[in-house]
Parts: sequence; C-alpha cells; structure tokens
Amino acid sequence: MLVNNGLVYLIALPLFGAALLLLSGRRADRWGHLLATALSGMSFILGAVQFYQMLGRSPENRAVSQKLFSWISVGSFNIDAGLLVDQLSICFVLLITGVGTLIHIYSIAYMDHDKDRRRFFAYLNFFIAAMLLLVMGDSYLNLYVGWEGVGLASYLLIGFWNHKPAYATASKKAFIANRVGDMGLSFAIMIAFATMGTVSFSGVKEAAEGTSQGALTAIGIMLLLAATGKSAQFPLQAWLGDAMAGPTPVSALIHAATMVTAGVYLITRSNFIFDAAPTAQLLVVIVGAITLLFGAIIGTAKDDIKKALAASTMSQIGYMVLATGLGPVGYAFAIMHLLTHGFFKAGMFLGAGSVMHGTGDEVNMRKFGGIRHFMPITFATFGLGYLAILGVPPFAGFYSKDKIIETAFYAGGIKGILIGSVALFGAALTAFYMSRVMILTFAGTPRYDINHPPHESSFLMLLPMGILAIGSVASGFLLARGEALVHWLEPLFEAHEGHGKEILPPVVISLMALAVVIIGAAIAWFKYGRGTVADTAPTDVSIFTRIARRDLLQDDFNESVFMRPGQALTRLLVKTDDVVVDGTVRGVAAAALASGSSLRSTQTGFVRSYAALIVIGAVVLIAAIWAVTL
Amino acid sequence: MNPTNYLYISALLFTIGAIGVVVRRNAIVVFMCIELMLNAANLSFVTFARINGNLDGQVVAFFTMVVAACEVVVGLAIIVTIYRSRRSASVDDASLLKR
Amino acid sequence: MPESVLFWIMGPLAVVAAVGMLLVKKAVHSALLLAWVMVTLAFFYIAQGALFLGIVQVVVYTGAVMMLFLFILMLVGVDAADSLTETIRGLRPIAITAAIGFGGLMVSLISRATLGREPVGLDAANAAGNVQGLAQLLFSTYVWPFEVVSALLITAALGAMVLAHRQREVARPSQRDLSEQRFRSGSLATAAGLPGPGVFARHNAVDVPALLPDGSAAPASISETLRTRGDMIDSSEFQLDQVNTEVREEK
Repeated sequence: MLVNNGLVYLIALPLFGAALLLLSGRRADRWGHLLATALSGMSFILGAVQFYQMLGRSPENRAVSQKLFSWISVGSFNIDAGLLVDQLSICFVLLITGVGTLIHIYSIAYMDHDKDRRRFFAYLNFFIAAMLLLVMGDSYLNLYVGWEGVGLASYLLIGFWNHKPAYATASKKAFIANRVGDMGLSFAIMIAFATMGTVSFSGVKEAAEGTSQGALTAIGIMLLLAATGKSAQFPLQAWLGDAMAGPTPVSALIHAATMVTAGVYLITRSNFIFDAAPTAQLLVVIVGAITLLFGAIIGTAKDDIKKALAASTMSQIGYMVLATGLGPVGYAFAIMHLLTHGFFKAGMFLGAGSVMHGTGDEVNMRKFGGIRHFMPITFATFGLGYLAILGVPPFAGFYSKDKIIETAFYAGGIKGILIGSVALFGAALTAFYMSRVMILTFAGTPRYDINHPPHESSFLMLLPMGILAIGSVASGFLLARGEALVHWLEPLFEAHEGHGKEILPPVVISLMALAVVIIGAAIAWFKYGRGTVADTAPTDVSIFTRIARRDLLQDDFNESVFMRPGQALTRLLVKTDDVVVDGTVRGVAAAALASGSSLRSTQTGFVRSYAALIVIGAVVLIAAIWAVTL
Repeated sequence: MNPTNYLYISALLFTIGAIGVVVRRNAIVVFMCIELMLNAANLSFVTFARINGNLDGQVVAFFTMVVAACEVVVGLAIIVTIYRSRRSASVDDASLLKR
Repeated sequence: MPESVLFWIMGPLAVVAAVGMLLVKKAVHSALLLAWVMVTLAFFYIAQGALFLGIVQVVVYTGAVMMLFLFILMLVGVDAADSLTETIRGLRPIAITAAIGFGGLMVSLISRATLGREPVGLDAANAAGNVQGLAQLLFSTYVWPFEVVSALLITAALGAMVLAHRQREVARPSQRDLSEQRFRSGSLATAAGLPGPGVFARHNAVDVPALLPDGSAAPASISETLRTRGDMIDSSEFQLDQVNTEVREEK
C-alpha cells in the first residue's frame, strides 16, 4: 500500500485551529473565525489533492496510508496510530471538508452577533478534525477515537447556548444516547480483539474468514448498536430531534451531513463482517426500515422547521442503513445517498437557518408563510434541495434513492417485496412532509408579524447555500453517470454478482416511486396549500397525530422504561451506599470511638496505678497456680 | 538448716518491693524498690542452685545482676532527663499519657 | 548451725530494713536501708555457697549501684515527692491488700511445695572452687547469653550517655555575659550577688539565713535545696541584739 506522510495534515490543521482558538482567548475574537475557515478550506484542498492523485492510479493502488506512531505495544497486542485513505474514506473526506468549509463560511455571517463566535469556530474545527480521524483511522480503535471526538464536538455544539437549561439538557441527552451506542462500539472492538487478536480493518478483514459465525454476529450486532447511537437509528433515535437546540450550521453539518452518517460509514467499512453474518445484516435492514418510517411519520407532525428536517434526516439515514443491510450491492448506493443527502439536507438546513435568521429566530412553520417573496434566493436553494430529497428526476435524490428502493425490491422473495414497499411508502411520506414544510414556509399567506417582514440573508450565507444547491442538482447525476461511484468503490467490497432477481423492471420501479412522490406531494398540497393555515397547531386532532407530535412516544418510552427505573436504581444505590457501606464504615468508627472513650476512663495516666494493676494481675496468676496445685 | 527459709524471706522481700513500687512517689525510691524485687528473685535463684546441687541458678543470678545494672544506668538517666525538663522526680507528675 | 544463727539474726533485720525503706521519708535513708538489705543478701549468698555472687553483690550492688543511686539523689535533690501522703484515692489499700495477698499466696505455695528428696547442696558442684565452677558454665553452656549481655551493657552505657547528654543550643554564657545579665535584669540589690548565709548572725553555718538590717531573716541567703527541704534554722536567736554585746572591761 502506498505511504503518504502528508495525510496527517488533513487532521492536524483543523485540530491546530481548534487548539489555537480555544487557548488564545478573546485575543482571537477578531480573526479566529477567518483562521478556522481557512484551515478547514486548506484541509479540503489537501483532500482534493489526495483525490486527484488517487484518480491517477489504478484501482488496486488507490489506497494510501500513514503510520503516525506506535500507540499500544503490549506483547502480541500492537496497535499503531495509523491513517488510511482509500476510495471510501476519500468520499467522506471530501464531503466533510467540503461541506464543512461551506458551513464555516455560512457561520461567519450566521454567528456574527454571537459573542462566543470564536468558541463556536473552535468547536467546528475540532469537529472537522475528529470526523476526519473517524473516517481516516486504519483500525477500529483509531476510528473509536474519532468516534468519541465527534460525540464530544456534537455535545459541545448542541449545548453551545447552554445558558438555556433546555438546550443543556438536549446536549446531555444526545451525549447519553451516544454513550449507549459507544458501548456497542467498544464491545465490538473487544470481541474482535478477543476472537481475532487484531482490531485493524485489514487484520479483521483477513481474520473474518476463519472466525465463527457467532462471534461475527456478535460483532455485527454491537457495531449496529454503535451505528444506531451515532446515526440516530431506532432504538436510539430520540436524541436527534432535541439536538436541533444547537445553532443551525451545526445542525446542517453535524446532524445532517456528516456525523450522523458515521453509522453508515461504520457499517460500510465493516462490510466484511456483515457479509459474513446474515443475522446481523438482517437486523441492519430491519433497523433501517423501522427508522425510515419512524422518522418520516414524526416529520409529518412537526411544526418546528428544524425538527421536521431532523426527522427527515433520521428517515433518510434509515434509507442508507437499509441499503447497507442489503449486502455488497447496497453499499455503493448507501454511500451515494449519503453524499447526495449531505448536499441537499445541508442545503435545506442552511436554508432553514437563513429563514430563521430573516425572521428573528422563529422556528415554528405556522408562523411563516409566503416567505418566498422576501427571500427568493433562500427559496430557490431550499426548493432545489426539496426536489432533490423527493427524488424528482434529474435531481440528486432521484439517482440515489431510487437505486435504494430498487435494490430493496431486488433483495429477493417476500423480504424484498416487504422492504421495497416500506422504502416506497417512506418515499411517499417524504414527499408529504417535505411538501408540507415547503408550503408552510414559503407558500401561502403570511402569518408572521407584518411590521417586521423577513429579509434576505447576506452574501456569505447565500454563497454556501447556492453551492450546496448546485450539489443537490448535479451530484446525483455525476455520481451515477456510468455507475461512477459504484465502480470507484468496487475494490473495497466483495465482488457482487449483479442485481438480485429483477421482479420488476427498473423503469417500473422508478415510475412507481415518482407516482407515490406525486401522490404524497399532492396530499400535502390539498391539506395545506389551499386556504389558510392556523398559526397555532390545532388541538382537536386524532390520537395518531398526537402520538406523532410526541415523537411516537419515544421519549415517554425511554423515560418510563429506562430513565425512571434507572433513577430508582440510582436512588436505591445511593441509599445502600449511605446506609450499608457508609453505615458500616461509620459504625466501625463509632464503635471504636465508643469503646475507646469507655476504656479511656480506666486510664489515669499514673504509672503507680498501672503498677498496682500489674500486682493485682500477678495475684490472680499466683492464685490460679495456688488453686490448681491444691 | 532448711534452705526453704531463704525462699520465704525472698517472697517477703519481693512483696515489700512491690508495695513500695506502688506506694512511693519518688522515682528514685520506686527504682530502689524495683532493685529490691530483683534482689529477692536473685536470692531465690541462689537458693534453688543450692537445692539442686548445680551452679546454673547462680549463673542466672549473675545475669540478672548484669541486666539490673544496665537497667539502673538507663533508668536513672531517664529520671535525670525527666527531672531536667519537669523539675520533678515524682512519678505522678509524668502522667501525660492520659491526654 | 552457724548458718541458722546467721539467718535468724540477719533475715528479720533485712525484712525490717526493707519495710523501713518504705516508711522513711527521705530517699537517702531509703537508699541506706536498701544497702543494708543488699549486704544481708551478700551474706546469704556466701552462706549458700555462692562465694562469687556474694562478692559481686557487695561490689556491684552495694558499691556501684547504690553509689549511683546516691549520686542521682544528690543531682535531683529533694522535693515534694518525699511526702508519704497518698494522692491517688484508694490506691494504697488496694495495693497493700493485693501485695499482701500475693505474699501470702507465695508463702503458702512454698510451704506446700515438697521436693521429695533432701536438698543436694553445692559441695560437689563447688569441688573445684565456686569461681572456677561458674566460669566453666559461663564460658561453655552460657557463652552466647554472656556475649549478648555484654552487648547489652555497652548499649546501656551508650543509651545513658545519649539520654543524659544535653545539646547546648546557645553558646555557654561567659563571665562577662553573666555579669551583664545580672546588672540588666532584676534589681540592683542582687547585682552584687546574693547575700551569704550567716551574715550578721552569730552563727554562720550554711543553714542559717543572713539577717537584714531590720533584723528579719533573708531567705535568699540560703541554698534553694535547703530551703525546699525545710532545713532552715530560725536565726532570730542568733541576732546580735538578742545577745549581750556589752563589752566588759577587763579587769
């Protein structure tokens, strides 16, 4: 494998920026954001150079690696901190640094009035570094470091405005939900080490052949748990909606485009494990299908524009996870959807941020309406993203999502039909809730305070939105043209023997998808597009709507099943600690004290009284001798 | 003469010494009482040697004398040191162990 | 027969001396009584065929150890500890009862003990001489304890030196320092030194205080030890004005 000692700079530059911005304090307030943006951009340029060099090499020789240092060396357990950039990593590197840089630029304007803008940029840079380490690590352990790093960055950024207790709580919620997933990853690493003796990707890949089915399934399930935590998949999905407490650029970068897709990366990276463990793979499919519908249903009920988009993100990642669960044939489409989603969802989040910026941080869509007249560019970029997520040809989503639906249908047998139908139904729901967002926000009659009309955002914000909109339009076509991405990623995966059984021709499936999308959009139009929309959410709604508004009771479930018993257990343990453990310790001390103070009274301190006691003792002794010799 | 008589006198002297240790307060007198007890024990050893017809008892008495000499030297040095700091040779005054 | 005479004379005397040791007030008298007990014991040793121990008893105990006691008594002096009143309530009856019980039990035990044979006596053991017999044992069977005891002696000597040694923290005051100190502190009355005893009194022994001009006694003129001990004689009877100072004409 080729060695390139420049890889580390991809990570080092933003990491340096984060450290510098955090350490230099208020002095860096004036230039910190510019430096951070520049470093992120340089990282992108380095990534692009890598990509260009990669293009010039034959498919087998494209991966490059760098050994940083020997990290752990204990007996036969050797782990080098090493970097690996292959065809899969480079996709992520370009997405992270590219979208990341755009969002840096956007944030310069968006966070302009925030006195902590420097800290925000430091965290953003730190996130970029951690995320790059995640995708560039050459072993599960290195990945784990990045995995925790992005978790930390996410926690810090969700709670960026932590002076509001609800936001601080949201950050804690995200952190804890992620911890559950992280446990899965650490267990997976431990099992891998215990059974295979190695944790590097290449080592595990080689060893996977000779490892038992049970161990592989266990690793696979643990990796899936990790992925559900980080990617907000069922059953650890609850944190994503609350994570919207963070500033909107954070939502766009971390909670839409990059970090939440780390789970997809993890599963794709571990393809050799999942391919060998059908049970785990089936679980991946099930998790993906459930989340796909779960997110879509929540999306239909949310009035908060960011939360609606977050639910959409959850649903779209459900598509990706579903695709990864379909085996070798699905990985490339998962990554393709990931990349296109990165563009259009980040673009839409930035659009939402722009709308919020223009309306004085209003997030309730029922308070918008007709904003397109005031914010035409935002409307245009958001609209392009909207068309992309719906999967309208020839926008990006069409190429990626249709492929996933298609692959799902071709999975074979009843399973194929089932998950294909779920994916198709998800597409209809997507069309419905995205149209609802679109209509409530940009169409219809104004419901905001007419004295303070929205205003279009500044150029620095519009520029990234524009670039991302272009991506939303073109990325799908570019990636799918001649199956470019599929061939690009091919060396990584086991050669797959074409599609499964084609139960329907691809064209029919595409038409079906298009049809359900149109139906979904039409329902949304009939429901919200005509007439007026109440500016407060109606309360006389069916039980299903109410459940959907409560995020399908995910929080109630977690609270009643985990939180309250957990609290009760904690209280019990505290009580046990107080009474039993501390009680024993204090009891011993108290007993010693009591016996000491009672014995103390026998002590006079006078030598002569002690001597008298000795004499008495001697008398007793002699008396005993006297008695026994009697 | 029956050597047992020496044992009786030894017991009496020992008892008197024990009373003295408890009753007297002057550290030097207390010390002398201890010497009296040691001497009483020595008398017993010598008597036992005679009763048993070998010299081992006398050797032990000899060792006791040497140890007693050491004890006197060190003990009196301690008394002098205490007297120097406390200006008192009373054993009751050195009763700080209680606090 | 001569041994019985010795025993029945010396034995009761020794016991009386030991009891007296507890009853006398002054430590020095206790020391003398103890010396008497030890000399008695030396006699007993010799009478029982322990010639060497008898000599050692006199030399080491009555000679060296008792001298050491007297020496320390001289250093420490006398103080209130000489009082025979008991300060710890209830201790004396308890101690005396217990000790008498101890003694009684011991005597009872000794009287009950039977040897089952006649005492052997040391004639055989001392055939080659008592000193030679002891030396034989000391340097064969007991050579190891002997060496250990020698180490103990050295350690004790060193320990006594360490205990008695006083680290001087400031330089020893010179005569000049003492002189300055005398003048700078206290009253000028003492600057020239304390009055000597017996001044203006007709009796100038050390225990007779000097008389002040008004005829009263000056306690400062008596050594503190004597004062503490109460060995101060009322000097008023020696006052000059009490004495007929009339000069008679020589006829």
